[in-house]
Amino acid sequence: MINQIGAYSLYICLFASAYLIFKSYISSKNFDKKIDQTFFATLSVQLFMTILSFFTLVFAFVFSDFSNITVFNNSHSLKPLFYKISGTWGNHEGSLLLWLLVLTLFLFIFFVTSKKMSLRYRILTILFQEIIILGFLLFILFTSNPFLNIFPIPDEGLGLNPILQDPALAIHPPLLYVGYVGTSIIFSASLAALITKTVDNVWASHIKNWILISWIFLSVGILLGSIWAYYELGWGGFWFWDPVENVSLMPWFCLTALLHSIIVLKNRNVFHSWTVILSITTFSLSMSGTFLVRSGILNSIHTFANDPSRGVFILTFLLFLVLLAVIIFFFNQKNFPDTNQRSFLVSRETGILINNWFMMFFLSVVLIGTAYPIFLEVINDAKISVGPPFYHKLIVPFLIPFLFFMALGPNIKWIKDKIKKQNISQIIIFILCFVISFLIVLKTNTNYLFSTLLFTFSFYLFFSVINSFKKKNSYLSQKVSHLGFSIFMLSILFNGILSKENSANMKVGDEINFYNKKLIFENVKVESDSNFKKLIGEFKLKDNEKIIHFRPEIRVYSQPETITSEADISSTLFSDNFLVFSLIKNDGFFNVRYQHKPLMIWIWISVLLMSLGGVLSFFKLYEK
Amino acid sequence: MKNNKIFYLVVILIIAIFLVLLLGLKEEKNYTPQSELKKLNDSISLKDLYSGKNIFLNDLLLNNEFNLINIWASWCAPCKVEHPYLINLNDKFDINLIGINYKDNLDNSKKFLSDLGNPYDEVLVDNDGTKSIELGAIGVPETYLINSNKKIIKKFIGPLDQEDYDNIINLIKK
Repeated sequence: MINQIGAYSLYICLFASAYLIFKSYISSKNFDKKIDQTFFATLSVQLFMTILSFFTLVFAFVFSDFSNITVFNNSHSLKPLFYKISGTWGNHEGSLLLWLLVLTLFLFIFFVTSKKMSLRYRILTILFQEIIILGFLLFILFTSNPFLNIFPIPDEGLGLNPILQDPALAIHPPLLYVGYVGTSIIFSASLAALITKTVDNVWASHIKNWILISWIFLSVGILLGSIWAYYELGWGGFWFWDPVENVSLMPWFCLTALLHSIIVLKNRNVFHSWTVILSITTFSLSMSGTFLVRSGILNSIHTFANDPSRGVFILTFLLFLVLLAVIIFFFNQKNFPDTNQRSFLVSRETGILINNWFMMFFLSVVLIGTAYPIFLEVINDAKISVGPPFYHKLIVPFLIPFLFFMALGPNIKWIKDKIKKQNISQIIIFILCFVISFLIVLKTNTNYLFSTLLFTFSFYLFFSVINSFKKKNSYLSQKVSHLGFSIFMLSILFNGILSKENSANMKVGDEINFYNKKLIFENVKVESDSNFKKLIGEFKLKDNEKIIHFRPEIRVYSQPETITSEADISSTLFSDNFLVFSLIKNDGFFNVRYQHKPLMIWIWISVLLMSLGGVLSFFKLYEK
Repeated sequence: MKNNKIFYLVVILIIAIFLVLLLGLKEEKNYTPQSELKKLNDSISLKDLYSGKNIFLNDLLLNNEFNLINIWASWCAPCKVEHPYLINLNDKFDINLIGINYKDNLDNSKKFLSDLGNPYDEVLVDNDGTKSIELGAIGVPETYLINSNKKIIKKFIGPLDQEDYDNIINLIKK
């Protein structure tokens, strides 16, 4: 019964979508003012039906309706309620339904909040957005329908992988999707603006909010995925250059570039075609991400299922959208206003252009590292693999000039500025940064030149931003985000050179000494929780009079039967102490691994700070 | 005029990328390296999963039988799928099976083996995945069949299935 409700509401959505495409195409040429209400009504129906269908699936998960094949494959009646709900989007079919929900929701919000813009522009945005929605509906209904029945009805489901039962991971996909899907509005809106010849500063300040929303959600979404990997997988790191991680990073680079270039368009009415190209590219990269993850062309932790027919569908659809965008772009290129704005070499515009170049460079590196192995395999039948060293070698050296320009850029005026000849205080700050950095690096055995320079410029950016808080020449949102980035760089650098690790086999009562610390294994307890049993280890770490207690766990899940180790991490503002233990074959010994990770928490805080800058800008807080 | 050329160039480029990716989807996940070229890199050393000692991969390869290197991880769902094939292979045939544990949590990987059975003669640990990359791996799982001359004669990308299993047996028996 409930499956039928979900499936039929999707079919109604499909009709609504086809009708909207038809109607908006007709009325984009010839319309009267009343058409507004028709669109409002149809969009409301479509949104309602998508919400209904999504909540039908949530409902099936919550009440463990195993007649639904998606629920049977991914849920279990003993799972806690929170994970039953998050299980809805923890699988391929459900996550696509969530995509669709966000797509329709965003279009609706766009339509309601864009009343100040011209009606033709809004109608065309609906046209392009509905084409995307139609594509996703067809994809869901014909290759990944979440509402298929299973008969006879099983008594119990197969369960959700316990490593996915984690609060950070439960909200990671929705946030990421909001970011991805937000780029679709930017895509549709920029094509509509191209046709209606309204790519100008008014459009820029209108679309900037959508760019900010996508950027904030994408940033926080990536952050949560990274936090999850750190806590749950116990790899002891936060970024692994895994292809699927890269796939989320590429639209982020593009979106960050767009976020900067749109500011120029808004304030100076230049960079029209570049902004549109970035809008199209950002969305194409988000879609390619979906293709790479869902087609099984990559082997990765994120790969749900290998189904080539899905891959062919997404790929064809992507080709159609990109070609459509390219054709519209080239045929409407003459439509850009000829504003004849002059800018000089030393100006804010140049600064932002430099940011865009760097973003494009980082994007190309990640793109090549991710896509080139696939291409080479097809063309030459050769297999190569690209790992962290490739990315580190290509990205790290370029961070040095990037940091430098980031420190200078925001202090330069629009249109034209002079290079101040001798700014003694700046030079003193710079030398001070260099000395501090050199002293820090001297204590470790890393590559002196690179590390010192990286530290120097990170510190320099940090102090420049702190300094700029006193001035009133630019926006607070920008300062907060840039401060976030400088803290991000510094915490990564400190973390990279000062991390320590120790691993040993211990039994209850053992003591070991390392790095002037003493670790004591005091006790093991057994406890039960709702859907798992757990062994709790009790450890004591003595570090120069300071005592830290650890209670890591080994969890035994019953459905499906899996054992996971939960690390106990004691986080302070200065460092994380990470302890995890695991069973060794039945001889009373446990393998105990201890890690000391300085400033770990600041990596998370700094990304939140960057996102906070976006939020401040969105609500126009503290801006003139 | 100039814009038209750029337009056609962009369109051709996009279609070319499309075709390559389309072929990529259909790409056979097995491949036979040219035997001359693919000698194993003999400087690769990894830690043993249980003892933590450093071992040269080259020292583990046997001269009198076939060697199979399997790259796996406990977090990788397809690895669970291929696991029974590995257990069967080591049970029924004379083959030296070496597992390389890729970017994994040590506890989870030990748990994986104690739950599903340990088919490997030796399990090595590749914490950050760099050693597997040196071997030429592009992901997990991957399996390499190596002959008694320490040459890679077949690479299997992705989980082993019945066809791959039969394929391996045929090559061993030859």
